[in-house]
Amino acid sequence: MSDTLVQESARRLFSDLATPALINAAEAGTFPAELWDAVEKAGFADALAAAADRPGDLAGIADVAAILHEAGRFAVPLPLAETMLARWLLAGAGIGPPQGPLTFLPIARASDLKARREGSGWRLAGRATAVPWARQARGIAVLADGQVALLPAKAVDLRPGKSLAGEPRDDLSVDAVADAVKPAPAGVDAELLYRLGALTRAVLMAGALEEVLRITVQYANDRVQFGRPIAKFQAIQQQLAVLAENVAASGVIAAAAVEAASGSGDFPFTVAGAKSRVGEAAGRVAEMAHQVHGAIGFTHEHRLHHLTRRLWSWRDEFGVESDWSMELGRIVAARGADSLWPLLTGSVV
Amino acid sequence: MSDFFRFDPLTLPPECERLRAEVRGFIADEKAAGRWRAEGDFASGHSPEFSRRLGQRGWIGMTWPKQYGGQERSFLERYVVTEELLAAGAPVGGHWVADRQSGPLLLRFGNETMRREILPRIVAGECFFCIGMSEPDSGSDLASIRTKAVPVEGGWQINGRKIWTSNAHKAHFMIALCRTGPAEPDRHHGLSQLVVDLKSPGISIRPIKNLAGAAHFNEVVFDDVFIAANRMIGEPGDGWKQVTSELGYERSGPERFLSTFRLLVEFVRRAGPDPDPREAEAIGRLVAQLATLRRMSLSVAGMLQRGELPNLEAAVVKDLGTNLEKEIPEIVRLVATRGRASNQEDLMEEALAHGVLNAPSFTIRGGTREILRGIVARGLGLR
Repeated sequence: MSDTLVQESARRLFSDLATPALINAAEAGTFPAELWDAVEKAGFADALAAAADRPGDLAGIADVAAILHEAGRFAVPLPLAETMLARWLLAGAGIGPPQGPLTFLPIARASDLKARREGSGWRLAGRATAVPWARQARGIAVLADGQVALLPAKAVDLRPGKSLAGEPRDDLSVDAVADAVKPAPAGVDAELLYRLGALTRAVLMAGALEEVLRITVQYANDRVQFGRPIAKFQAIQQQLAVLAENVAASGVIAAAAVEAASGSGDFPFTVAGAKSRVGEAAGRVAEMAHQVHGAIGFTHEHRLHHLTRRLWSWRDEFGVESDWSMELGRIVAARGADSLWPLLTGSVV
Repeated sequence: MSDFFRFDPLTLPPECERLRAEVRGFIADEKAAGRWRAEGDFASGHSPEFSRRLGQRGWIGMTWPKQYGGQERSFLERYVVTEELLAAGAPVGGHWVADRQSGPLLLRFGNETMRREILPRIVAGECFFCIGMSEPDSGSDLASIRTKAVPVEGGWQINGRKIWTSNAHKAHFMIALCRTGPAEPDRHHGLSQLVVDLKSPGISIRPIKNLAGAAHFNEVVFDDVFIAANRMIGEPGDGWKQVTSELGYERSGPERFLSTFRLLVEFVRRAGPDPDPREAEAIGRLVAQLATLRRMSLSVAGMLQRGELPNLEAAVVKDLGTNLEKEIPEIVRLVATRGRASNQEDLMEEALAHGVLNAPSFTIRGGTREILRGIVARGLGLR
């Protein structure tokens, strides 16, 4: 990923508005409406839907990634990834997406969500746990049995819950007849949606990891113990080097997965690698960053936890590292030992 | 995008992929003819015949100017040839150092006489080099070396001792880092590199057996060895600058993450098309890391191609890559189905034994883990 215009403008907007005070208020339950309006005005939430040349294509994925990378960097407490994907799904099926924040279903591979014909409409039924931002969403885009529907938020039973980062993750029970139901665009299925969900988490984490590295280096240079900045101690330097290497690796593989999603690469292979590798880095980096920050980093007052709690939350969503490693391992095994190298070099024949 | 390092994505141009197909064809022919079997890593396989055949193909010194026998191909094309040979376990150890390091050093800093005499022989796969840096009392602290070259009539006289010199017993030349002047104003001054013909009188080479039973590295003793004046690389005192300017080439290549790749391949073969969950997870996790490292390494290759000096990024690749090389045997030994045959008859067991026994060297050779992390820390602005 190179610094693009959209990334610059996302960075400016988030650094101005996504302050620690706003993040704390959001985690306490106040939806940051002003920040949402600014995001809408910038067109960020439409980045995937609006860029599609034909229904359901991913032409906008590079911009999506650029925006989400910055959203991760600033721990932006909004359903941005969810709204982007929901609007793209709806628009691809020819359903005009509503304004305001949205979320989508399914978010798990083992979903029991069903769509059945009922009269002239469709009945949607099923359950889902820990659905991101459901209680603050204007509507829910649903993909089930090849059909796309828009459910009004009021049409579901909701039990509120939250993520490790204090963001809404609600359990839903759906049993409703939807008005607007259209067939999913060609090539768009629950598998693709799940992989895109994993991709958004990998990119958000890559952005947050960058910021964790930056503030941890700064802290090590500022904090004085034994008469010198702790950055001067080899034990700290070696630890920060490992931290930085994990951040670098995460940025590279997340960018590769974005590139693959846009069509120039093997998306199932690369996104599995990205969610596995970045998720592993997230845990290691958060651990080391807290160790370097000492007690102050464990306080609510310090902003490190805005980033690390999101890393712990995102690494668990849309499949943990072992899920994606297993999937990647199966892809490799199915092709066979002698195809591993061609697979790695992107030259499978 | 990062505040600290750059890893721009790189897509290999079409000529690289055409070349890759050519190299794969060559390797398939070599294997079909039974000319060698994959063995160890870049440091262990050594075959003068293979090096000559590679030279005939134009795949040694391939980026060098045509006037010295090179092909003037891109650094990325060289990268593709290198990674294909390493992934196949080809015996590249003969020409390896000359191709990667010594030739480029002579091109950059050497005089015209040595270029004309030596480079075409390297390109032909007939002339091998070794690197004379480490000494018994100078490992990571390279500037503390004590091997001395003093000016004498017509050249230099070397006395001292080099150690851990890979393949010195099979090489024709050594590039020896020597102290030629006082360490003033600091230790990085007064160092020079000389091209030493290893047949010169006064040189004795003693192989050192490693813990795996092989003798790839050596002790090389210089006892009043005379070296002609025109074998000095650059000006006397330029040694440190020369040594540190090449680190990006030495530290970011595919040899820094592929040393146990064949073990992973054999593990995948053992696991079969329908692996159990533990095997699948282990394979996937390692492949995710490999895929990441290859992209990082390629990105550094792109920077080298553009003439940049990405020493920080190269250190990142080498530290991550050599740790992965060590992790592969550790994971395979725990997860793979074992004990089907003794390690003499079982490719996976053989590669596993090689991996476990040689792993200690991965994070030492070419710059220790601690030195690399120090370089990364400096890049972060901590020192």
